[in-house]
Amino acid sequence: MDWSAYLPMILQGAGVTMTITLASIVVGALLAFAFGILRVEGGPVLSTIALCYTEVFRGTSLLVQLFWFYYALPLVGLSFEPVTTGILVLAAHVGGYGAEIVRGALSSVSTQQLEAARALNFDRFQTLFRVSLPQAVVEMMPAFGNLAIETLKLSSLVSLISIADLTFTAQSIRNLTLDSASIYSITLLCYFAMSLVLMIAIRIIEHVVRRGDVFPRSAHS
Amino acid sequence: MNEKTDTPLIEFSDVTKRFGILTVLDQFNFSVAKGEKVTLIGPSGSGKSTVLRILMTLEPFQEGRLTLDGTSYHEPGGRGRFQASERHLRQIRNHVGMVFQSFNLFPHMTVLRNVVEAPVRVLGMQREEAEVRAIELLQMVGLADKKDQYPAQLSGGQQQRVAIARALAMRPQVLLFDEPTSALDPQLVGEVLSVIRGLAHEHDLTMLLVTHEMRFAREVSDRVCFFDKGRICEQGAPEAILGAPKHERTREFLSSILG
Repeated sequence: MDWSAYLPMILQGAGVTMTITLASIVVGALLAFAFGILRVEGGPVLSTIALCYTEVFRGTSLLVQLFWFYYALPLVGLSFEPVTTGILVLAAHVGGYGAEIVRGALSSVSTQQLEAARALNFDRFQTLFRVSLPQAVVEMMPAFGNLAIETLKLSSLVSLISIADLTFTAQSIRNLTLDSASIYSITLLCYFAMSLVLMIAIRIIEHVVRRGDVFPRSAHS
Repeated sequence: MNEKTDTPLIEFSDVTKRFGILTVLDQFNFSVAKGEKVTLIGPSGSGKSTVLRILMTLEPFQEGRLTLDGTSYHEPGGRGRFQASERHLRQIRNHVGMVFQSFNLFPHMTVLRNVVEAPVRVLGMQREEAEVRAIELLQMVGLADKKDQYPAQLSGGQQQRVAIARALAMRPQVLLFDEPTSALDPQLVGEVLSVIRGLAHEHDLTMLLVTHEMRFAREVSDRVCFFDKGRICEQGAPEAILGAPKHERTREFLSSILG
């Protein structure tokens, strides 16, 4: 079997997977921060809305969400391109889990830090953006890293709404060649390579967020 | 500012503070004149730190009246735990600063930014001006050379001196010290005390200090108040309270901590 003929297809599929993954991570992170902050600072109404959002998207099947947005939403007159649908649903998923990460990290900022901010007469926004969030972001990084890799793997579900991602392409090639062993091995390797790239990118971001030694472990006193 | 020294700057009248069913301050009366340096001593749980925390608006109180320079902490018709709007509380906080037992520096900011951030963000000071002043304050506490370091790179004593500079940068009328040396290794206590001792000569600065350092209390304070069970049991000149306490409880307490 001549793989060189299929290589461009596989690369193109991997490109689609990477695009969808990155786009949904970026959009999802924005949602995560927005809803996570609302959970902590939003007051009764907004924090309840944020809670409902996170629980709905965490508590239902991602595949069914995809089907719902792809097949059911057009029935009420709202339809998007498959790729847009895929990105939106994955982003909402990242947003739901990410909001919990943001909420948890914000709640883990010590009361003493908040009291210091109050003693210096910071207002709520200054306390949030100058004191709490910069410390919380460092706490969030490992969990967001996991979520990013999870998202890469979950993105294979978009193949079921006819998006030509890596998994969809692999299925097509298998249907042509009937060589399941080779094509799925190659596909796994591709996913692994992409998740390695993601992991490295996350490490770099984490390093930047920590600004090298902002939080050195070897504090002496 | 009210210049008459007979009008107290801080006045607690019958203030009662409860945590659930626990009464921490019980119809508490206490006043402090402008520029006065007062040390609060007493067993743990006697309410002395709570007095500072109420003054800093970190804790609400349920009954009674507290005024700072004539302004009541409770607003007429004020709502919420503090019975006052956030705006009102922020006006009060403008005049009060606090140094904490555990320093509470911002770990993600350099020493300089720790000192500069609030004057720039809260007081709207120009950054250059705030930095010049911050460096003066850091010189005063002997740490100007550490301005680009992060808190975790400093010793506890150094962190506490930065925290004092940070509080002073907001130019408070009242500076509260909540056991500022209790979290420090014994050999680091001296450097922090000597900074506070320097401040004791600032004529206009009103200082309230909760501490277990009795010798130091005697040196810096105009008045020592012994707390017991949510009230001031005995107060007076440091020599009187620490040298010849009248109350049995004060004598017990002093002998327990002096070993």
